[in-house]
Amino acid sequence: MSDTMTTGTPLVRLTDCEKRYGTIIALTGVSLEVHPGEVTCVLGDNGAGKSTLIKIISGMHQADAGTYEVAGEPVRFTSPREALEHGIATVYQDLAVVPLMPVWRNFFLGSEVRKGAGPLSRLDIRFMRDTTRTELRNMGIDLRDVDQPIGTLSGGERQCVAIARAVYFGAKVLILDEPTAALGVKQAGVVLRYIMRARARGLGVVFITHNPHHAYPVGDRFLLLNRGRPLGAYTKDEITRERLTTLMAGGEELEQLSHELEGAAAADADLGRVAEELEQDVAELSGRTAPPEQGA
Amino acid sequence: MSQAADTAAPSPPDERLARRSPLARLLARPETGSLAGAVVIYVFFFAVAPPFRGLDALATILYASSTIGIPAVAVALLMIGGEFDLSAGVAVTSSALVASMLSFQLTLNLWVGIAVGLLLALGVGALNGYLVMKTGIPSFLVTLATFLMLQGLNLAITKVITGNVASPDIADMDGFGAARKVFAAEWNLGGLSLRISVVWWLLFTAIATWVLLRTRVGNWIFAVGGAQSSARAVGVPVRRVKIGLFMTVGFLAWFTGMNLLFSFTTVQSGEGVGNEFLYIIAAVIGGCLLTGGYGSAIGAATGAFIFGMTTQGIVYAGWNADWFKFFLGAMLLGATLLNLWVRRRTEAAR
Repeated sequence: MSDTMTTGTPLVRLTDCEKRYGTIIALTGVSLEVHPGEVTCVLGDNGAGKSTLIKIISGMHQADAGTYEVAGEPVRFTSPREALEHGIATVYQDLAVVPLMPVWRNFFLGSEVRKGAGPLSRLDIRFMRDTTRTELRNMGIDLRDVDQPIGTLSGGERQCVAIARAVYFGAKVLILDEPTAALGVKQAGVVLRYIMRARARGLGVVFITHNPHHAYPVGDRFLLLNRGRPLGAYTKDEITRERLTTLMAGGEELEQLSHELEGAAAADADLGRVAEELEQDVAELSGRTAPPEQGA
Repeated sequence: MSQAADTAAPSPPDERLARRSPLARLLARPETGSLAGAVVIYVFFFAVAPPFRGLDALATILYASSTIGIPAVAVALLMIGGEFDLSAGVAVTSSALVASMLSFQLTLNLWVGIAVGLLLALGVGALNGYLVMKTGIPSFLVTLATFLMLQGLNLAITKVITGNVASPDIADMDGFGAARKVFAAEWNLGGLSLRISVVWWLLFTAIATWVLLRTRVGNWIFAVGGAQSSARAVGVPVRRVKIGLFMTVGFLAWFTGMNLLFSFTTVQSGEGVGNEFLYIIAAVIGGCLLTGGYGSAIGAATGAFIFGMTTQGIVYAGWNADWFKFFLGAMLLGATLLNLWVRRRTEAAR
């Protein structure tokens, strides 16, 4: 948990955050930093608290304890709009698009460009259409028709529209909620390339994923969550891809289980055999080499 | 929006994009099905009922359509925004009763009653919207409750105050002439009598269409109906939009109530029950999806026109008016199927 890579004030800093839903502690003791031009990866299995963490950063929910600072200033957002005004844009898993609406209306939804004044103020449709088309082309997405309902696009295309939208609206911090989860290998590569492009532009990126092979090549910092608690926070030079993979695969738990079983093995031969097998599993997991990455 | 200037360069048309013909574009509009249906029904009654053919018949049909069409505009907007309002029908009667009885009992200028009626209608709308947004209870239930409550109040309070089932006649009260000019004027154009409510109906439809397609609020209405959580996530003020829509229904219900009051000078306290479904039917015939996020104000106007043609057409054809409800149901079914077919076709063609 060193601060070797820290340069200046982080764009976003959460300290010791806790969130409860009734009696359920969804998140506790979680700290996180996002710096400009860096990708902070949040890794965790289902139910680890990743979504809760995003909801706190994006202003959907408020933390019950802990502090939240944006550019060094303590904040308390009551709506996603407030977070947006501070330059924190979130691309949700469901992409926050309205399927029946045209691509360009979705692109500008919530931030419509208008012309005219007073009660006659109206949408600048030509500008928004053209801008959507050129912005998407700049991101390498060549859409046939920005008037088609966004529901007719593929998952990868929709993801890219959502990212392009956030970048266009001057996001300083981009929160991506499992952007590669529902995508094929090739499309996931396209999205990872956008993450790198956003990082190169100086944006701070929070990349939520459960896939260490997607996280490692693009990430600068890694926060691992398990059942609402931090399992570890590392900068890239503190952790190897293998170690990250092992941690994500629950290797720690397996190792501990194997030690416990060994202790009991003296009394029971069968248990000893199980412990041996477990040890083998752990060794395999730790030594597993990751498939080659694309995009980085 | 700092990058706006350098990204707005016009782009050349995409060579992979086949030009869609104007016809295909027209077919992709939500109201197209209802426009086709209106033509079919017009031709049908034109053929079977000779009295239907005259201009005076058209004026009568337009008037009948406008009394459904004005509130249907707001109901359509609300349905596009993903909600229902079952209280709209009795809210029409409530605002008319309040306006007339308040002015009459306290011998006030009628405009005072009209203003109080407006406040009440807007208040009911705001209450509906607030309850739906605050509790998350479906608007169908919330407005069903307000519908029953308003109906009870209409009957009970009218009985208590007048000892009768109708409001007192207000024809000789202060402000009647001016208010009638605004809400229920009738012009004689060369033997043809045209009602002002038809003009209001077309005006409200035009405004609603403009708002829906050309303004930010319109964008928000489609968004809150199409995907509420997505809309909230990108910063659309969902609660304000929806409460505003319920209040718009209140406003146009009040307007319709004033039209009735100043056309007939007295209102029956039991009136309006069942009309809320006519508004919803007009909106659905006009292409509004029950699930929200899709529809048009022009479609709702067309739906109301179909309603007007059918009620009057049956009379002109000399049939028993009992048939009307059957026709209305058949038309609703037909329009829904036609809408479905048109939408599937255009989606496949994209």
